[in-house]
Amino acid sequence: MQNVLNAMMTPSFGYAILRMTTPILFATLAAVIASKAGVSNIGIEGIMMFSALAGVIFSGMTKSWVVGLLSALVVGVFLGLMIGFFALKLNTDIVLAGIAVNTLGGGGTIFFLFLASGDRGASNSITSEIVPKINIPLIKDIPILGEVLSGHSGLTYFAFVCVILVYVLLYKTPLGLKMRAVGENRDAADSVGVSVNKISYIALALSGLLAGLAGAFMSMGYMKGFTVNMAAGRGFIGLAAQAMGQGEPIGGMLASLLFGFANAIAINLQGAISLSPQIIQSFPYILVIVSLVFYSLSTRNRLKRIKRAAIESDKTEAKDNS
Amino acid sequence: MVNSDIIDGKINENDYAVKMSGITKVYPNGIAANKDVDFFVRKGEIHALMGENGAGKSTLVKILFGIEQPTSGKIEINGEEISITSPQVAIGKGIGMVHQHFMLVPSLTVAENVVLGIEPRKAKTFIDYKEAVKLTEEISKKYNLHVDPYAKVMDIPVGMKQKVEILKALIRGANILILDEPTAVLTTQETEELFKELKALKEIGFTIIFISHKLNEIKEITDRLTILRNGRYMGVYNTDEVSKQDISRLMVGRDVILSVEKDKAAPKEPILKIENLRFRNQWGKEVLRGVSLNVRRGEILGIAGVEGNGQRELVDILFNIDKPNSGDIRLNDKSLINCSESELRELGISYIPEDRMTYGVADSATIEENLISDRIYEKRFSGKLMLNSAEIAKESEKLIEDYQILCRSRKQQVRMLSGGNIQKVVVAREFSSNPDLIIADQPTRGIDVGATEFIRKKLVSLSREGAAVLLVSADLNEVMELSDSLVVFYEGQIVAYFEDTSTLTDIEMGEYMLGLKRQTDEEIRKVTHID
Repeated sequence: MQNVLNAMMTPSFGYAILRMTTPILFATLAAVIASKAGVSNIGIEGIMMFSALAGVIFSGMTKSWVVGLLSALVVGVFLGLMIGFFALKLNTDIVLAGIAVNTLGGGGTIFFLFLASGDRGASNSITSEIVPKINIPLIKDIPILGEVLSGHSGLTYFAFVCVILVYVLLYKTPLGLKMRAVGENRDAADSVGVSVNKISYIALALSGLLAGLAGAFMSMGYMKGFTVNMAAGRGFIGLAAQAMGQGEPIGGMLASLLFGFANAIAINLQGAISLSPQIIQSFPYILVIVSLVFYSLSTRNRLKRIKRAAIESDKTEAKDNS
Repeated sequence: MVNSDIIDGKINENDYAVKMSGITKVYPNGIAANKDVDFFVRKGEIHALMGENGAGKSTLVKILFGIEQPTSGKIEINGEEISITSPQVAIGKGIGMVHQHFMLVPSLTVAENVVLGIEPRKAKTFIDYKEAVKLTEEISKKYNLHVDPYAKVMDIPVGMKQKVEILKALIRGANILILDEPTAVLTTQETEELFKELKALKEIGFTIIFISHKLNEIKEITDRLTILRNGRYMGVYNTDEVSKQDISRLMVGRDVILSVEKDKAAPKEPILKIENLRFRNQWGKEVLRGVSLNVRRGEILGIAGVEGNGQRELVDILFNIDKPNSGDIRLNDKSLINCSESELRELGISYIPEDRMTYGVADSATIEENLISDRIYEKRFSGKLMLNSAEIAKESEKLIEDYQILCRSRKQQVRMLSGGNIQKVVVAREFSSNPDLIIADQPTRGIDVGATEFIRKKLVSLSREGAAVLLVSADLNEVMELSDSLVVFYEGQIVAYFEDTSTLTDIEMGEYMLGLKRQTDEEIRKVTHID
């Protein structure tokens, strides 16, 4: 146990938390935008897989990380719009459309990987690029803190910038107001001339873009290259973090950090204690379940309190009237 | 009538804000909601559009606001003939609508709701919230409609929500305002406030179309009124030249009097006793205000009234969908409050719900499954482990035959049937369980003549065999012809009881239904049959 605690007290543990948080945070923001606009994007996991592969293939072909990243984003937006097309135009259930994208992400990426590289398991034969790491001047020289905060992939910093961007989009722009209106009361939005369909498509495209960033980070930052099933449930964790963060970007970020923390512990524990690695690796997922239980208990209590307060005030009002 | 105004030179052609002439609307299912209706509204007046439920008021204003397209007819707004293809077109022509069910986003602030879709911007990208609040404050001050721009819509009272809706219309440049039963959700004080505001708007030149069937309100604030009945135009009148009795006679009445053959009822002892029932709905409005009535074996007791006067809440409470705030319901001296649905059924209550697709059937299940759903636990249908499909088939075949359900087989999905046959499935199940009490809520709404006839006959024969029937219906024909005795609901109370319906006239009914007349408490108390 002492080993574990020692490991947790090092700067590299702090660094790992931020690194592990990055893809979850992108996925969470993808879920936040979609759910705010009333279109649940279940397909984040699948989009991450495709974007991760696209990033590897195209950066390998062009030897340019910029092209790789952009192609990952294009794939993300395309898949987001595809979910929209199935759900809004062809009237399939949006959850089913998302599940289809996820299933496709599992098998389809292997297919494309084989086409591109001849491998079925990993993209070893492709020399791909990564998004450069950034050393932040001044901060990098601060002891401990510098080691934690500096030297991350550019995408890690961008993920936290995205929290602010998403917040501003949702709460400070006309588009965000329309998204929230559509998500809450479509008829109300429709009755004042807001195009519900257009807003839904935009939300899904942005959600796909963020899921694309999550995927790009997996193969061009977290690792260099693509392996089968490399998203490893992070898309789903993003959905959980969105729910835990009450659908808000800041709350979602805090929940993502919690899951990043759990992931970092799981990695540190391997080798430090003699539990089977399977159990240790399941730790973040157990945390998902436990925290969701606590979360739903707390909201239920809060709702109960609100309800009780309403009944109380009703009673006093009735007394006042009589 | 309007045209004679023009001929008399009383009024100029240009003085009309809205001229809808010869409007006919036939829905795809063949129901004609409007038949050759004229609706002429002068500039700067408050004009009531009146009629019972289903008279076609809503359809007419939906056409005016571009939500529905007329099958035929002509619309002129401020003298210009136009076709209103969408609400956006209507808004562009200065028409604003306050829907009965508010079109607001609860978690947004009042100001955000007001500017939704026309947000003021700063630096072209961001919403200018200060400006939004300022706009809201300005317009609310200008028209004396006080709201708190910073409050979230979910936290404000209903009356203020309505003001937000009016402001939304005004800020989009409306000068013709349509209000769809605006007082239905308001308390008395809020209603008074609304009337003051509407009068003020009229003073400064706004045209207001006010949908309602409440006579007192109409008398108080409108200048003229147009009456519809069964989708037809019954004329336009100056409010102060027409008496409440006349309005009631024009609004309530039957075009074809249909008669149901039945022998005289021989009622026996009361079986259902409702005592002083009170109920406050989720918005705190008291919708049942001390209802007492008894239903006797061997009679059909009808509940008449304009919709929204407490009938639906009474039925919901009877079938345990809601709980009363006080009062008691007893069947054979057993209290029904807190009984589960299955206990109620075991006590011998059958229920034909108003909304058959939600509460009456499972529409994707088969006819057979629906027919036996209330008796599946009986020994003859289910063994220890498996269902006895032979018995089930026998039972459902019998019911299909007895109740003349037109279908290909008992295995057919219920949703594939016509409305009338779906209702027959409900009725077959409910009537065949040998009930002591049948609660029939709008049992023949929207179904074909043949099925209607069949269901009415069945109701009569069951009552003659000794069941007690409580019939709720907004269809005046049905409730007057089918009931042996009758109560009228008005604003959550019983205002009249008629022991014998055979001598009752439409005019008399109308006056009670619209709250013009009220029996003495003593007369009303007779419905409890306690001497």
